Amino acid sequence: MKTTIYKIWRFYIDSFRNTGKYGKRLFLIILIKFFIFFGILKVFFFKDHIKKDLPEKQKTELVINEITKN
Amino acid sequence: MNDFLLTSLVDWSRAQFALTAIYHWFFVPLTLGLSFIVAFMHSMYMKTGDEKWKNTTKFWMKLFAVNFAIGVATGIILEFEFGTNWSNYSWFVGDIFGAPLAIEGIFAFFLESTFVAVMLFGWDRVSKKFHLLSTWLTAIGTNLSAIWILVANAWMQDPAGTHFNAETARNEMASFASVVLSETAVSKFLHTIFQAYLLAAFFVIAIAAWYILKGRHIKFAKRSIAIAATFGFLASIMVATTGDMSAYNVAKKQPMKLAAMEGLYTGKTKAHLIALGLSKKGEDAVGIKIPGLLSYLSTRDFNGFVPGINDLVEGNTEYGIIPIEERMANGKIAIQALTDYQEALKNKDSVKMTESLALLEANYKDFGYGFLKNKKEAVPPVGITFYSFHLMVALGFYFILFLFWLLILLKRDKLHTNKLALWLSVIGIALAYIASELGWVVAEVGRQPWTIQDILPVSAAVSEIGTGHVQTTFFMFLAIFTILLIAELGIMLKLIKKGPNLKNEEE
Repeated sequence: MKTTIYKIWRFYIDSFRNTGKYGKRLFLIILIKFFIFFGILKVFFFKDHIKKDLPEKQKTELVINEITKN
Repeated sequence: MNDFLLTSLVDWSRAQFALTAIYHWFFVPLTLGLSFIVAFMHSMYMKTGDEKWKNTTKFWMKLFAVNFAIGVATGIILEFEFGTNWSNYSWFVGDIFGAPLAIEGIFAFFLESTFVAVMLFGWDRVSKKFHLLSTWLTAIGTNLSAIWILVANAWMQDPAGTHFNAETARNEMASFASVVLSETAVSKFLHTIFQAYLLAAFFVIAIAAWYILKGRHIKFAKRSIAIAATFGFLASIMVATTGDMSAYNVAKKQPMKLAAMEGLYTGKTKAHLIALGLSKKGEDAVGIKIPGLLSYLSTRDFNGFVPGINDLVEGNTEYGIIPIEERMANGKIAIQALTDYQEALKNKDSVKMTESLALLEANYKDFGYGFLKNKKEAVPPVGITFYSFHLMVALGFYFILFLFWLLILLKRDKLHTNKLALWLSVIGIALAYIASELGWVVAEVGRQPWTIQDILPVSAAVSEIGTGHVQTTFFMFLAIFTILLIAELGIMLKLIKKGPNLKNEEE
Protein backbone atom coordinates (compact mmCIF):
# COMPACT_ATOMS: atom_id res chain seq x y z
CA MET A 1 0.00 0.00 0.00
CA LYS A 2 2.81 2.39 1.00
CA THR A 3 4.67 1.58 -2.19
CA THR A 4 1.60 2.28 -4.29
CA ILE A 5 1.04 5.66 -2.64
CA TYR A 6 4.73 6.46 -3.08
CA LYS A 7 4.54 5.48 -6.77
CA ILE A 8 1.53 7.74 -7.31
CA TRP A 9 3.31 10.55 -5.47
CA ARG A 10 6.42 10.10 -7.64
CA PHE A 11 4.27 9.99 -10.75
CA TYR A 12 2.87 13.44 -10.03
CA ILE A 13 6.12 14.98 -8.77
CA ASP A 14 8.21 13.71 -11.69
CA SER A 15 5.54 14.73 -14.17
CA PHE A 16 5.42 18.28 -12.83
CA ARG A 17 9.22 18.49 -12.80
CA ASN A 18 9.42 17.36 -16.41
CA THR A 19 6.73 19.72 -17.63
CA GLY A 20 8.06 22.07 -20.29
CA LYS A 21 8.35 25.87 -20.21
CA TYR A 22 4.77 26.50 -21.32
CA GLY A 23 3.40 23.88 -18.93
CA LYS A 24 5.13 25.55 -15.98
CA ARG A 25 3.82 28.93 -17.08
CA LEU A 26 0.30 27.49 -17.26
CA PHE A 27 0.56 26.09 -13.74
CA LEU A 28 1.69 29.51 -12.54
CA ILE A 29 -1.29 31.17 -14.20
CA ILE A 30 -3.63 28.59 -12.63
CA LEU A 31 -2.17 29.32 -9.19
CA ILE A 32 -2.55 33.08 -9.70
CA LYS A 33 -6.11 32.48 -10.90
CA PHE A 34 -6.97 30.41 -7.82
CA PHE A 35 -5.46 33.08 -5.56
CA ILE A 36 -7.49 35.86 -7.23
CA PHE A 37 -10.72 33.82 -7.19
CA PHE A 38 -10.53 32.31 -3.71
CA GLY A 39 -8.16 34.66 -1.89
CA ILE A 40 -9.53 37.98 -3.12
CA LEU A 41 -12.88 37.74 -4.91
CA LYS A 42 -14.54 35.22 -2.60
CA VAL A 43 -13.19 36.78 0.59
CA PHE A 44 -13.79 40.46 -0.15
CA PHE A 45 -16.40 40.69 -2.90
CA PHE A 46 -18.53 37.54 -2.88
CA LYS A 47 -19.63 37.06 0.68
CA ASP A 48 -22.75 34.96 1.04
CA HIS A 49 -25.71 37.32 1.20
CA ILE A 50 -27.53 34.87 3.46
CA LYS A 51 -25.04 34.21 6.24
CA LYS A 52 -24.22 30.53 6.58
CA ASP A 53 -24.37 30.56 10.40
CA LEU A 54 -27.86 32.09 10.49
CA PRO A 55 -30.52 29.70 11.87
CA GLU A 56 -32.61 28.07 9.12
CA LYS A 57 -35.76 29.80 10.34
CA GLN A 58 -34.18 33.24 9.98
CA LYS A 59 -32.90 32.39 6.51
CA THR A 60 -36.44 31.50 5.47
CA GLU A 61 -37.80 34.76 6.91
CA LEU A 62 -35.11 36.80 5.21
CA VAL A 63 -35.83 35.29 1.80
CA ILE A 64 -39.61 35.56 2.16
CA ASN A 65 -39.26 39.20 3.25
CA GLU A 66 -37.02 40.00 0.30
CA ILE A 67 -39.13 38.34 -2.35
CA THR A 68 -42.49 39.57 -1.10
CA LYS A 69 -41.28 43.16 -0.65
CA ASN A 70 -41.04 43.84 -4.36
CA MET B 1 -36.34 49.04 -3.20
CA ASN B 2 -37.76 51.40 -5.83
CA ASP B 3 -38.43 50.18 -9.39
CA PHE B 4 -35.50 52.03 -10.98
CA LEU B 5 -32.95 50.72 -8.48
CA LEU B 6 -34.36 47.21 -8.76
CA THR B 7 -34.21 47.25 -12.58
CA SER B 8 -30.66 48.50 -12.45
CA LEU B 9 -29.62 45.87 -9.89
CA VAL B 10 -31.31 43.08 -11.85
CA ASP B 11 -29.73 44.18 -15.12
CA TRP B 12 -26.23 44.47 -13.67
CA SER B 13 -26.56 41.12 -11.92
CA ARG B 14 -27.78 39.60 -15.19
CA ALA B 15 -24.94 41.22 -17.12
CA GLN B 16 -22.38 39.89 -14.65
CA PHE B 17 -23.80 36.38 -14.81
CA ALA B 18 -23.93 36.52 -18.62
CA LEU B 19 -20.32 37.74 -18.79
CA THR B 20 -19.10 34.92 -16.55
CA ALA B 21 -21.18 32.29 -18.33
CA ILE B 22 -20.05 33.40 -21.80
CA TYR B 23 -16.40 33.35 -20.68
CA HIS B 24 -16.86 29.93 -19.07
CA TRP B 25 -18.51 28.65 -22.25
CA PHE B 26 -15.45 29.49 -24.36
CA PHE B 27 -13.66 26.52 -22.80
CA VAL B 28 -16.29 23.97 -21.83
CA PRO B 29 -17.45 22.84 -25.30
CA LEU B 30 -13.88 22.46 -26.48
CA THR B 31 -13.02 20.32 -23.45
CA LEU B 32 -16.11 18.15 -24.04
CA GLY B 33 -15.43 17.53 -27.72
CA LEU B 34 -11.66 17.58 -27.93
CA SER B 35 -11.40 14.93 -25.21
CA PHE B 36 -13.22 12.48 -27.52
CA ILE B 37 -11.23 13.48 -30.61
CA VAL B 38 -8.02 12.84 -28.67
CA ALA B 39 -9.43 9.52 -27.44
CA PHE B 40 -10.16 8.46 -31.06
CA MET B 41 -6.63 9.40 -32.11
CA HIS B 42 -5.14 7.59 -29.13
CA SER B 43 -7.20 4.52 -30.05
CA MET B 44 -5.86 4.70 -33.61
CA TYR B 45 -2.34 4.66 -32.19
CA MET B 46 -3.15 1.64 -30.03
CA LYS B 47 -4.77 -0.15 -32.95
CA THR B 48 -2.04 0.52 -35.53
CA GLY B 49 1.00 0.97 -33.31
CA ASP B 50 2.04 3.65 -35.82
CA GLU B 51 4.13 6.47 -34.33
CA LYS B 52 2.44 9.06 -36.54
CA TRP B 53 -0.78 8.53 -34.58
CA LYS B 54 1.15 8.86 -31.33
CA ASN B 55 2.53 12.22 -32.47
CA THR B 56 -0.89 13.34 -33.65
CA THR B 57 -2.47 12.35 -30.34
CA LYS B 58 0.27 14.07 -28.33
CA PHE B 59 -0.14 17.38 -30.14
CA TRP B 60 -3.92 17.61 -29.74
CA MET B 61 -3.65 16.32 -26.18
CA LYS B 62 -1.32 19.21 -25.41
CA LEU B 63 -3.85 21.73 -26.75
CA PHE B 64 -6.58 19.94 -24.79
CA ALA B 65 -4.47 20.41 -21.65
CA VAL B 66 -4.02 24.13 -22.29
CA ASN B 67 -7.74 24.61 -22.84
CA PHE B 68 -8.52 22.50 -19.76
CA ALA B 69 -6.15 24.64 -17.67
CA ILE B 70 -7.60 27.89 -19.00
CA GLY B 71 -11.13 26.77 -18.20
CA VAL B 72 -10.32 25.51 -14.70
CA ALA B 73 -12.35 27.27 -12.01
CA THR B 74 -14.08 29.74 -14.34
CA GLY B 75 -17.34 27.99 -13.45
CA ILE B 76 -16.66 28.53 -9.74
CA ILE B 77 -17.35 32.24 -10.20
CA LEU B 78 -20.91 31.40 -11.23
CA GLU B 79 -21.34 29.65 -7.89
CA PHE B 80 -19.97 32.69 -6.06
CA GLU B 81 -22.59 34.77 -7.86
CA PHE B 82 -25.37 32.40 -6.80
CA GLY B 83 -24.49 33.01 -3.17
CA THR B 84 -24.01 36.77 -3.40
CA ASN B 85 -26.12 38.16 -6.25
CA TRP B 86 -28.81 35.50 -6.44
CA SER B 87 -29.21 34.43 -2.83
CA ASN B 88 -33.02 34.34 -2.92
CA TYR B 89 -32.86 32.03 -5.89
CA SER B 90 -30.20 29.89 -4.21
CA TRP B 91 -32.29 29.50 -1.09
CA PHE B 92 -35.49 28.92 -3.03
CA VAL B 93 -34.06 26.09 -5.16
CA GLY B 94 -30.99 25.00 -3.20
CA ASP B 95 -32.33 21.53 -2.45
CA ILE B 96 -32.97 20.82 -6.12
CA PHE B 97 -30.20 22.74 -7.79
CA GLY B 98 -27.62 21.67 -5.22
CA ALA B 99 -28.05 17.94 -5.81
CA PRO B 100 -26.91 17.75 -9.46
CA LEU B 101 -24.10 20.22 -8.77
CA ALA B 102 -22.90 18.17 -5.81
CA ILE B 103 -22.98 14.97 -7.87
CA GLU B 104 -20.98 16.76 -10.54
CA GLY B 105 -18.39 17.86 -7.99
CA ILE B 106 -18.04 14.58 -6.18
CA PHE B 107 -18.29 12.09 -8.99
CA ALA B 108 -17.58 13.46 -12.41
CA PHE B 109 -15.05 16.13 -11.49
CA PHE B 110 -12.93 13.68 -9.49
CA LEU B 111 -13.14 11.13 -12.28
CA GLU B 112 -11.90 13.57 -14.89
CA SER B 113 -9.31 15.29 -12.73
CA THR B 114 -7.80 11.97 -11.62
CA PHE B 115 -7.47 10.55 -15.10
CA VAL B 116 -6.50 13.74 -16.87
CA ALA B 117 -3.09 13.62 -15.13
CA VAL B 118 -2.55 10.00 -16.21
CA MET B 119 -3.63 10.92 -19.72
CA LEU B 120 -1.24 13.85 -19.98
CA PHE B 121 1.77 12.42 -18.17
CA GLY B 122 1.26 8.71 -18.68
CA TRP B 123 3.25 8.28 -21.92
CA ASP B 124 5.75 5.43 -21.32
CA ARG B 125 5.07 5.63 -17.58
CA VAL B 126 1.93 3.52 -17.28
CA SER B 127 0.89 0.53 -19.37
CA LYS B 128 -0.42 1.39 -22.84
CA LYS B 129 -3.83 -0.07 -22.09
CA PHE B 130 -4.21 1.84 -18.84
CA HIS B 131 -3.06 4.99 -20.58
CA LEU B 132 -5.72 4.61 -23.30
CA LEU B 133 -8.31 3.81 -20.63
CA SER B 134 -7.36 7.04 -18.84
CA THR B 135 -7.82 9.04 -22.04
CA TRP B 136 -11.30 7.58 -22.52
CA LEU B 137 -12.20 8.04 -18.85
CA THR B 138 -11.15 11.69 -19.08
CA ALA B 139 -13.49 12.12 -22.04
CA ILE B 140 -16.32 10.29 -20.29
CA GLY B 141 -15.69 12.18 -17.04
CA THR B 142 -15.84 15.61 -18.66
CA ASN B 143 -19.07 14.65 -20.39
CA LEU B 144 -20.51 13.28 -17.16
CA SER B 145 -19.81 16.66 -15.56
CA ALA B 146 -21.83 18.27 -18.31
CA ILE B 147 -24.84 16.03 -17.63
CA TRP B 148 -25.28 17.38 -14.11
CA ILE B 149 -24.79 21.02 -14.96
CA LEU B 150 -27.24 20.72 -17.84
CA VAL B 151 -29.75 18.86 -15.67
CA ALA B 152 -29.61 21.78 -13.23
CA ASN B 153 -30.12 24.27 -16.06
CA ALA B 154 -32.92 22.19 -17.58
CA TRP B 155 -34.72 22.14 -14.26
CA MET B 156 -34.78 25.94 -14.27
CA GLN B 157 -36.44 25.83 -17.71
CA ASP B 158 -38.82 23.04 -16.74
CA PRO B 159 -39.14 22.61 -12.95
CA ALA B 160 -40.17 18.95 -12.96
CA GLY B 161 -40.09 16.46 -10.06
CA THR B 162 -40.30 19.07 -7.32
CA HIS B 163 -42.41 19.98 -4.31
CA PHE B 164 -42.54 23.41 -2.65
CA ASN B 165 -42.09 23.36 1.12
CA ALA B 166 -44.04 26.37 2.45
CA GLU B 167 -42.42 26.12 5.87
CA THR B 168 -38.86 26.58 4.62
CA ALA B 169 -39.75 28.40 1.37
CA ARG B 170 -37.65 25.90 -0.53
CA ASN B 171 -38.31 23.62 -3.46
CA GLU B 172 -37.55 20.03 -2.56
CA MET B 173 -36.86 17.12 -4.84
CA ALA B 174 -39.88 14.84 -5.12
CA SER B 175 -38.51 12.60 -7.86
CA PHE B 176 -34.84 12.39 -8.82
CA ALA B 177 -35.74 10.52 -12.02
CA SER B 178 -38.19 13.25 -13.08
CA VAL B 179 -35.51 15.89 -12.60
CA VAL B 180 -32.77 13.97 -14.42
CA LEU B 181 -34.87 12.38 -17.15
CA SER B 182 -37.27 15.19 -17.96
CA GLU B 183 -37.65 15.76 -21.71
CA THR B 184 -36.05 19.16 -21.25
CA ALA B 185 -33.00 17.70 -19.48
CA VAL B 186 -32.52 14.97 -22.08
CA SER B 187 -32.92 17.24 -25.12
CA LYS B 188 -30.78 19.99 -23.58
CA PHE B 189 -27.97 17.58 -22.71
CA LEU B 190 -27.92 15.95 -26.14
CA HIS B 191 -28.16 19.19 -28.10
CA THR B 192 -25.44 20.82 -26.01
CA ILE B 193 -22.91 18.01 -26.11
CA PHE B 194 -23.31 17.40 -29.84
CA GLN B 195 -22.75 21.08 -30.58
CA ALA B 196 -19.70 20.90 -28.29
CA TYR B 197 -18.37 18.00 -30.40
CA LEU B 198 -19.01 20.04 -33.53
CA LEU B 199 -17.13 23.03 -32.12
CA ALA B 200 -14.17 20.87 -31.11
CA ALA B 201 -14.11 19.36 -34.59
CA PHE B 202 -13.86 22.86 -36.06
CA PHE B 203 -11.05 23.69 -33.62
CA VAL B 204 -8.98 20.80 -35.01
CA ILE B 205 -10.00 21.48 -38.62
CA ALA B 206 -9.16 25.20 -38.36
CA ILE B 207 -5.66 24.68 -36.93
CA ALA B 208 -4.88 21.82 -39.32
CA ALA B 209 -6.13 23.86 -42.31
CA TRP B 210 -3.89 26.72 -41.21
CA TYR B 211 -0.89 24.37 -41.29
CA ILE B 212 -1.79 23.30 -44.83
CA LEU B 213 -2.15 26.94 -45.91
CA LYS B 214 1.31 27.57 -44.46
CA GLY B 215 2.67 24.49 -46.21
CA ARG B 216 3.55 22.81 -42.89
CA HIS B 217 2.81 19.31 -41.57
CA ILE B 218 0.54 18.50 -44.52
CA LYS B 219 0.08 14.78 -43.80
CA PHE B 220 -0.40 15.40 -40.10
CA ALA B 221 -2.98 18.07 -40.89
CA LYS B 222 -4.91 15.90 -43.36
CA ARG B 223 -4.92 13.05 -40.87
CA SER B 224 -6.26 15.36 -38.15
CA ILE B 225 -8.90 16.81 -40.45
CA ALA B 226 -10.05 13.35 -41.50
CA ILE B 227 -10.80 12.41 -37.89
CA ALA B 228 -12.27 15.80 -36.96
CA ALA B 229 -14.39 16.24 -40.09
CA THR B 230 -15.93 12.77 -39.72
CA PHE B 231 -16.62 13.36 -36.04
CA GLY B 232 -17.88 16.88 -36.76
CA PHE B 233 -20.13 15.81 -39.64
CA LEU B 234 -21.83 13.14 -37.52
CA ALA B 235 -22.13 15.65 -34.66
CA SER B 236 -23.64 18.28 -37.00
CA ILE B 237 -26.39 15.84 -38.05
CA MET B 238 -27.07 15.11 -34.39
CA VAL B 239 -27.13 18.82 -33.56
CA ALA B 240 -29.91 19.30 -36.14
CA THR B 241 -31.82 16.24 -34.89
CA THR B 242 -31.57 17.17 -31.22
CA GLY B 243 -32.30 20.81 -32.11
CA ASP B 244 -35.63 19.68 -33.52
CA MET B 245 -36.22 17.64 -30.34
CA SER B 246 -35.35 20.68 -28.27
CA ALA B 247 -37.66 23.04 -30.20
CA TYR B 248 -40.55 20.57 -29.89
CA ASN B 249 -40.00 20.49 -26.16
CA VAL B 250 -39.76 24.29 -25.95
CA ALA B 251 -43.10 24.51 -27.79
CA LYS B 252 -44.68 22.39 -25.04
CA LYS B 253 -42.91 23.77 -21.98
CA GLN B 254 -41.97 27.35 -22.90
CA PRO B 255 -44.38 28.51 -25.63
CA MET B 256 -43.47 32.16 -25.05
CA LYS B 257 -39.84 31.38 -25.83
CA LEU B 258 -40.83 29.61 -29.05
CA ALA B 259 -43.03 32.55 -30.09
CA ALA B 260 -40.08 34.92 -29.49
CA MET B 261 -37.71 32.61 -31.40
CA GLU B 262 -40.00 32.87 -34.42
CA GLY B 263 -41.13 36.47 -33.85
CA LEU B 264 -44.71 35.21 -33.87
CA TYR B 265 -47.25 37.58 -32.33
CA THR B 266 -50.48 36.18 -33.72
CA GLY B 267 -51.05 32.48 -33.15
CA LYS B 268 -52.12 30.38 -36.10
CA THR B 269 -52.75 26.92 -37.41
CA LYS B 270 -50.58 25.81 -40.35
CA ALA B 271 -48.01 28.25 -38.97
CA HIS B 272 -45.09 29.00 -41.25
CA LEU B 273 -41.44 28.88 -40.27
CA ILE B 274 -39.34 31.92 -41.13
CA ALA B 275 -36.30 30.65 -43.02
CA LEU B 276 -34.78 34.11 -43.42
CA GLY B 277 -36.42 37.25 -42.16
CA LEU B 278 -36.74 40.32 -40.00
CA SER B 279 -38.26 40.67 -36.57
CA LYS B 280 -40.82 43.49 -36.24
CA LYS B 281 -41.81 45.03 -32.93
CA GLY B 282 -45.36 44.04 -32.04
CA GLU B 283 -45.96 42.31 -35.39
CA ASP B 284 -45.21 38.93 -36.91
CA ALA B 285 -41.72 38.61 -38.37
CA VAL B 286 -41.50 38.94 -42.13
CA GLY B 287 -39.32 37.11 -44.62
CA ILE B 288 -39.03 33.88 -46.57
CA LYS B 289 -41.60 31.49 -45.15
CA ILE B 290 -41.92 27.72 -45.22
CA PRO B 291 -45.67 27.00 -44.92
CA GLY B 292 -46.83 24.77 -42.08
CA LEU B 293 -43.34 23.90 -40.88
CA LEU B 294 -43.54 25.73 -37.55
CA SER B 295 -46.81 23.92 -36.80
CA TYR B 296 -45.18 20.60 -37.64
CA LEU B 297 -42.04 21.29 -35.59
CA SER B 298 -44.12 22.41 -32.59
CA THR B 299 -47.00 19.94 -32.67
CA ARG B 300 -45.92 17.23 -35.13
CA ASP B 301 -48.96 18.21 -37.20
CA PHE B 302 -48.85 20.58 -40.20
CA ASN B 303 -52.28 21.89 -39.18
CA GLY B 304 -51.42 22.30 -35.48
CA PHE B 305 -51.99 25.59 -33.64
CA VAL B 306 -48.93 27.56 -32.52
CA PRO B 307 -49.72 30.35 -30.05
CA GLY B 308 -48.24 33.78 -30.67
CA ILE B 309 -47.05 36.30 -28.09
CA ASN B 310 -50.44 38.09 -28.14
CA ASP B 311 -52.30 34.81 -27.48
CA LEU B 312 -50.01 34.03 -24.58
CA VAL B 313 -50.33 37.53 -23.09
CA GLU B 314 -54.02 38.18 -23.69
CA GLY B 315 -55.19 34.56 -23.54
CA ASN B 316 -57.01 32.47 -26.10
CA THR B 317 -60.13 30.70 -24.91
CA GLU B 318 -60.41 28.56 -28.04
CA TYR B 319 -57.06 26.92 -27.26
CA GLY B 320 -57.35 27.09 -23.47
CA ILE B 321 -54.62 29.69 -22.97
CA ILE B 322 -55.03 31.67 -19.73
CA PRO B 323 -54.34 35.45 -19.96
CA ILE B 324 -51.21 36.65 -18.14
CA GLU B 325 -53.28 39.00 -15.97
CA GLU B 326 -55.24 36.02 -14.64
CA ARG B 327 -52.01 34.19 -13.94
CA MET B 328 -50.69 37.33 -12.20
CA ALA B 329 -53.80 37.33 -9.99
CA ASN B 330 -53.29 33.62 -9.21
CA GLY B 331 -49.65 34.32 -8.40
CA LYS B 332 -50.53 37.13 -6.03
CA ILE B 333 -52.93 34.77 -4.21
CA ALA B 334 -50.11 32.22 -3.92
CA ILE B 335 -47.63 34.79 -2.56
CA GLN B 336 -50.16 36.09 -0.05
CA ALA B 337 -50.96 32.51 0.96
CA LEU B 338 -47.25 31.89 1.62
CA THR B 339 -47.06 35.01 3.81
CA ASP B 340 -50.25 33.95 5.64
CA TYR B 341 -48.90 30.45 6.11
CA GLN B 342 -45.72 31.81 7.69
CA GLU B 343 -47.76 34.07 9.98
CA ALA B 344 -50.00 31.17 10.98
CA LEU B 345 -46.94 29.02 11.60
CA LYS B 346 -45.58 31.64 14.01
CA ASN B 347 -48.94 31.83 15.80
CA LYS B 348 -49.33 28.03 15.70
CA ASP B 349 -52.74 28.50 14.05
CA SER B 350 -53.19 25.09 12.42
CA VAL B 351 -56.54 25.92 10.78
CA LYS B 352 -55.14 28.98 9.05
CA MET B 353 -52.04 26.99 8.10
CA THR B 354 -54.14 24.33 6.37
CA GLU B 355 -56.24 26.95 4.57
CA SER B 356 -53.30 28.99 3.31
CA LEU B 357 -51.35 25.90 2.31
CA ALA B 358 -54.28 24.68 0.20
CA LEU B 359 -54.54 28.10 -1.44
CA LEU B 360 -50.79 28.19 -2.08
CA GLU B 361 -50.70 24.72 -3.61
CA ALA B 362 -53.71 25.44 -5.83
CA ASN B 363 -52.00 28.54 -7.27
CA TYR B 364 -48.34 27.57 -7.03
CA LYS B 365 -48.00 26.89 -10.77
CA ASP B 366 -48.49 30.64 -11.30
CA PHE B 367 -46.45 31.71 -8.24
CA GLY B 368 -43.90 33.68 -10.27
CA TYR B 369 -46.53 35.69 -12.14
CA GLY B 370 -47.48 37.29 -8.83
CA PHE B 371 -44.20 39.22 -8.88
CA LEU B 372 -44.84 40.79 -12.29
CA LYS B 373 -46.03 44.39 -12.27
CA ASN B 374 -47.18 44.41 -15.86
CA LYS B 375 -48.34 41.66 -18.21
CA LYS B 376 -45.73 42.78 -20.79
CA GLU B 377 -42.98 41.78 -18.36
CA ALA B 378 -43.78 38.16 -19.27
CA VAL B 379 -42.49 38.73 -22.83
CA PRO B 380 -38.75 38.13 -23.41
CA PRO B 381 -36.67 40.41 -25.67
CA VAL B 382 -38.04 39.25 -29.04
CA GLY B 383 -35.47 40.77 -31.40
CA ILE B 384 -32.40 39.26 -29.68
CA THR B 385 -34.08 35.86 -29.36
CA PHE B 386 -35.30 35.87 -32.98
CA TYR B 387 -31.99 36.84 -34.59
CA SER B 388 -29.90 34.62 -32.31
CA PHE B 389 -32.10 31.64 -33.10
CA HIS B 390 -32.14 32.18 -36.86
CA LEU B 391 -28.42 32.83 -37.13
CA MET B 392 -27.71 29.74 -35.02
CA VAL B 393 -29.95 27.54 -37.20
CA ALA B 394 -28.49 28.97 -40.43
CA LEU B 395 -24.97 28.24 -39.16
CA GLY B 396 -26.05 24.75 -38.11
CA PHE B 397 -27.15 23.88 -41.65
CA TYR B 398 -24.08 25.54 -43.14
CA PHE B 399 -21.87 23.33 -40.93
CA ILE B 400 -23.55 20.16 -42.23
CA LEU B 401 -23.03 21.15 -45.87
CA PHE B 402 -19.51 22.44 -45.33
CA LEU B 403 -18.31 19.35 -43.47
CA PHE B 404 -19.85 17.09 -46.12
CA TRP B 405 -17.94 19.03 -48.79
CA LEU B 406 -14.77 18.80 -46.73
CA LEU B 407 -15.13 15.01 -46.48
CA ILE B 408 -15.58 14.76 -50.27
CA LEU B 409 -12.45 16.87 -50.84
CA LEU B 410 -10.53 14.67 -48.43
CA LYS B 411 -11.69 11.50 -50.13
CA ARG B 412 -10.61 12.87 -53.52
CA ASP B 413 -7.36 14.09 -51.96
CA LYS B 414 -8.03 17.63 -53.16
CA LEU B 415 -8.32 19.47 -49.86
CA HIS B 416 -4.73 20.70 -49.71
CA THR B 417 -5.11 22.42 -53.11
CA ASN B 418 -8.47 24.04 -52.41
CA LYS B 419 -7.69 27.44 -50.86
CA LEU B 420 -11.37 28.36 -50.41
CA ALA B 421 -12.09 25.22 -48.39
CA LEU B 422 -8.99 25.79 -46.28
CA TRP B 423 -9.82 29.41 -45.49
CA LEU B 424 -13.43 28.50 -44.74
CA SER B 425 -12.05 25.83 -42.41
CA VAL B 426 -9.99 28.44 -40.55
CA ILE B 427 -12.98 30.80 -40.29
CA GLY B 428 -15.16 27.85 -39.23
CA ILE B 429 -13.88 27.91 -35.66
CA ALA B 430 -15.12 31.50 -35.16
CA LEU B 431 -18.50 30.57 -36.65
CA ALA B 432 -18.73 27.48 -34.44
CA TYR B 433 -18.09 29.63 -31.34
CA ILE B 434 -20.66 32.20 -32.47
CA ALA B 435 -23.29 29.46 -33.01
CA SER B 436 -22.46 27.91 -29.65
CA GLU B 437 -22.83 31.17 -27.72
CA LEU B 438 -25.98 32.06 -29.67
CA GLY B 439 -27.52 28.79 -28.51
CA TRP B 440 -27.19 29.96 -24.92
CA VAL B 441 -28.53 33.39 -25.81
CA VAL B 442 -31.67 31.73 -27.24
CA ALA B 443 -32.00 29.44 -24.22
CA GLU B 444 -31.45 32.11 -21.57
CA VAL B 445 -32.65 35.41 -23.07
CA GLY B 446 -35.64 33.60 -24.57
CA ARG B 447 -36.84 32.48 -21.15
CA GLN B 448 -36.76 35.88 -19.51
CA PRO B 449 -38.11 37.11 -17.12
CA TRP B 450 -37.73 33.74 -15.41
CA THR B 451 -34.93 32.25 -13.41
CA ILE B 452 -37.28 29.32 -12.80
CA GLN B 453 -39.97 29.01 -15.43
CA ASP B 454 -43.28 30.46 -14.14
CA ILE B 455 -42.12 30.17 -10.52
CA LEU B 456 -39.46 32.81 -9.86
CA PRO B 457 -38.68 35.87 -12.01
CA VAL B 458 -35.23 37.47 -11.90
CA SER B 459 -36.63 40.49 -10.01
CA ALA B 460 -37.49 38.21 -7.06
CA ALA B 461 -34.43 36.00 -7.38
CA VAL B 462 -31.88 38.79 -7.03
CA SER B 463 -30.30 39.65 -3.66
CA GLU B 464 -30.84 43.07 -2.15
CA ILE B 465 -27.30 44.31 -2.48
CA GLY B 466 -26.03 47.60 -3.81
CA THR B 467 -26.01 48.06 -7.57
CA GLY B 468 -22.61 49.76 -7.19
CA HIS B 469 -21.20 46.59 -5.67
CA VAL B 470 -22.35 44.52 -8.66
CA GLN B 471 -21.03 47.14 -11.09
CA THR B 472 -17.64 47.11 -9.36
CA THR B 473 -17.33 43.33 -9.51
CA PHE B 474 -18.58 43.33 -13.13
CA PHE B 475 -15.73 45.56 -14.31
CA MET B 476 -13.27 43.76 -12.04
CA PHE B 477 -14.22 40.49 -13.72
CA LEU B 478 -13.99 41.99 -17.14
CA ALA B 479 -10.44 43.14 -16.43
CA ILE B 480 -9.31 39.91 -14.71
CA PHE B 481 -10.88 37.63 -17.32
CA THR B 482 -9.41 39.61 -20.18
CA ILE B 483 -5.89 39.58 -18.71
CA LEU B 484 -6.06 35.86 -17.91
CA LEU B 485 -7.52 35.10 -21.33
CA ILE B 486 -4.73 36.99 -23.13
CA ALA B 487 -2.04 35.26 -21.04
CA GLU B 488 -3.52 31.82 -21.58
CA LEU B 489 -4.39 32.21 -25.23
CA GLY B 490 -0.84 33.44 -25.75
CA ILE B 491 0.43 30.04 -24.59
CA MET B 492 -2.09 28.22 -26.79
CA LEU B 493 -1.09 30.25 -29.87
CA LYS B 494 2.62 29.71 -29.22
CA LEU B 495 2.08 25.96 -29.05
CA ILE B 496 0.04 26.02 -32.26
CA LYS B 497 2.70 28.10 -34.01
CA LYS B 498 5.40 25.69 -32.82
CA GLY B 499 3.38 22.79 -34.24
CA PRO B 500 3.53 19.05 -33.60
CA ASN B 501 6.74 17.23 -32.86
CA LEU B 502 6.81 14.81 -35.79
CA LYS B 503 10.37 13.59 -35.24
CA ASN B 504 11.21 13.46 -38.97
CA GLU B 505 8.31 11.11 -39.48
CA GLU B 506 6.90 13.36 -42.17
CA GLU B 507 6.33 17.00 -42.92
